[in-house]
Amino acid sequence: MSGRVLVGVKRVIDYAVKIRVKPDHSGVVTEGVKHSMNPFCEIAVEEAVKMKEKKLIKEVVVVSCGPQQVQETIRTALAMGADRGIHVEVLAKDYESLGPLQVSKIMAALAKKEEAQLIILGKQAIDGDCNQTGQMTAALLDWSQGTFASEVTLEGGQVKVVREIDGGLETIKINTPAVLTADLRLNTPRYATLPNIMKAKKKKIANVKPVDLGVELTSKLEVLRVDEPPQRQAGVKVETVDDLVGKLKEAGRI
Amino acid sequence: MDVAFRTSLRLKTAVRSPVSSCRLWSPRVWSSRVWSTGVWSPGVWSPRVWSPRVRSPCRRLHGGPPPRRPFSRLSSEDLAFFRETLPGGTVTDPDLLEASNVDWLKSVRGHSELMLRPQTTAQVSDILRYCHGRSLAVSPQGGNTGLVGGGVPVYDEIILSTALMDQVLGFDQVSGILTCQAGCVLESLSRYLEDRDFIMPLDLGSKGSCHVGGNVATNAGGLRLLRYGSLRGTVLGLEVVLADGRVLDCLATLRKDNTGYDLKQLFIGSEGTLGVITAVSVLCPRKPSAVNVAFLGCETFDQLLGTFRLSKRMLGEILSAFEFLDAACMGLLNTHLKLPNPISDCPFYVLVETSGSDAAHDEEKLHRFLEEAMTSSLVTDGTVATEDAKVKALWSLRERVTEALTHDGFTYKYDVSLPVERIYQLVTAMRTHLGGRARSVVGYGHVGDGNLHLNVTSPARDPALLAAIEPFVYEWTAGCRGSVSAEHGLGLKKRNFIYYSKPRAAVGLMGDIKTLLDPKGILNPYKTLPDDLL
Repeated sequence: MSGRVLVGVKRVIDYAVKIRVKPDHSGVVTEGVKHSMNPFCEIAVEEAVKMKEKKLIKEVVVVSCGPQQVQETIRTALAMGADRGIHVEVLAKDYESLGPLQVSKIMAALAKKEEAQLIILGKQAIDGDCNQTGQMTAALLDWSQGTFASEVTLEGGQVKVVREIDGGLETIKINTPAVLTADLRLNTPRYATLPNIMKAKKKKIANVKPVDLGVELTSKLEVLRVDEPPQRQAGVKVETVDDLVGKLKEAGRI
Repeated sequence: MDVAFRTSLRLKTAVRSPVSSCRLWSPRVWSSRVWSTGVWSPGVWSPRVWSPRVRSPCRRLHGGPPPRRPFSRLSSEDLAFFRETLPGGTVTDPDLLEASNVDWLKSVRGHSELMLRPQTTAQVSDILRYCHGRSLAVSPQGGNTGLVGGGVPVYDEIILSTALMDQVLGFDQVSGILTCQAGCVLESLSRYLEDRDFIMPLDLGSKGSCHVGGNVATNAGGLRLLRYGSLRGTVLGLEVVLADGRVLDCLATLRKDNTGYDLKQLFIGSEGTLGVITAVSVLCPRKPSAVNVAFLGCETFDQLLGTFRLSKRMLGEILSAFEFLDAACMGLLNTHLKLPNPISDCPFYVLVETSGSDAAHDEEKLHRFLEEAMTSSLVTDGTVATEDAKVKALWSLRERVTEALTHDGFTYKYDVSLPVERIYQLVTAMRTHLGGRARSVVGYGHVGDGNLHLNVTSPARDPALLAAIEPFVYEWTAGCRGSVSAEHGLGLKKRNFIYYSKPRAAVGLMGDIKTLLDPKGILNPYKTLPDDLL
């Protein structure tokens, strides 16, 4: 296949950071908190770059939606080996309500515009955990989808995908064009090396607005409240079996 | 140097010694036999150790253990006293004692029959007062992560463990002064402080196990010394129990205090031979809000030094660590720990860490430094990390070299201070000198502090190899007026090599101080000071 691959990357709060809920319970604190590329998106970029290195595809285009800061994330993907980037500008108010449906409309529009053969996304973002964008994008484009991919092989006009499912591993063969979503064991993302970081500075990042793609960003969802999960209560140690029975009775369990 | 004197089959037979020990006392007999002086009472396991007549392989030449000094032996009355003073804090089970009798490198083994685990300074004082009165030798032990055999007993010294003294006594959020007991594990303190936006001024690979009291007693250096200085500057006060049980309360929390001699400096780095540290107050720096790590590859050591000079110029005040490892180390990490090389293969690797208060400012500085390093060909490859997980992954490449070495075979460890330009020359000199006799000869360390960790591995313990390595390595170091033990201390293994780095007069004075503070010599005997002194 000598096509173009579109990879979506999301800028999220770094997974090692301790999340704090805003005092007004409208969301989590993002100001001044360390952000980085969603780990599953890194795996997606790595897979695309690997395909390019094997000469299976021609070009890797990286896309991210959001405010100015997402350009850092795009640069990181460029440093990993992507060819060029597209920054879909979504500003403050709209960004708060940007969800999988809106992103998949954007991805679908871009895929058509860029004439991409393959879209690779992370299976889910670690902030929203929605696991919807890949599937919705495929549906909007009426393309095949290979989700939770732990192994991807391009074979002529088809893609063999080994999927991680509850029962184990499922192998499917789908036609291109297709949407793939990356699961944890697909690959180990490379470190961006200095020479590549230097080269990435010269790569292009195009600026696009959703309205140019004909996408409407209004969301039908409204966040009512965000709370921390309840604190885990300490356990109680008992000395004898009788104590245990007594405590269980107290708690109304038996 | 290896001093694994695996002697006793520990025959706990209740053979009553028919002769009183003093009749048989003579230096030769003491070194080959151990007679019990305990009182036999039926039904009570009285600790008697019968060491075999086979002389333990102690080589007096290269610092093999000196003969056992005439300390008292543990009796059942002693045991009863300790059991009363420390309810639940006495350990006599040999299986439980095993871990505390052998050091982390599994290179030295002691024969202690009793471990005491006090919880308060008062208990430590009672223990030492009693031991002083009874002339019982004591071996203080923290996390048992020392690399020179200083943290485990040599003979039957009582192990005084700080494991249960792990309380934080106080933390001043304004000044950053932390006061805690000596048995706090370094990593726990780090986590405690990080929740409050501070960090410990020191960090080492063994942080998950080492106790802060042990760190202070050995004047541990570590990965942050370049930025925050040594414990001699950051420790503000100590509470120490002396050999006779007196409690010395110098637990000040003042930055500046010029009233009289600074006694705490005597105990910092004294390796448990002048007193037992029970509490520490340390000045902690604020947690940097921006930490970046760059892992770079250099073709030659001169380029590495050039990179160091460049980093001091361009990164200046935000530079917080500058560590190096060679290609041999990377090979060990790949082979034994399956850690992949994040960049291409290079002869030398450098880990540069910056810590600052402004992420954007630091990143810009770092990127300018990296660009300069690459364009002037000081660095041939590298990678940068700003995210926590990646930063930890890059650090593990440097921190886990010690672990990788343990998988490579028997390790001979040398920790020397040299003039920075000559650091790697010792490694190449050692490789040439040993020819093919060793399995691996690796060099890594705190190049920013002029501290080389030279390690040689062989498939098994090899006395011939040891004889080739020592005293070559010490003589070479002394030739550059370096230190034969930059941060590991002297402990048991290196006590007799002190003369390579300190003049006789100085060592003599050290002996005088020891005699002053511990006239009976019960604190951590056979360690730190050379045999010819006492």
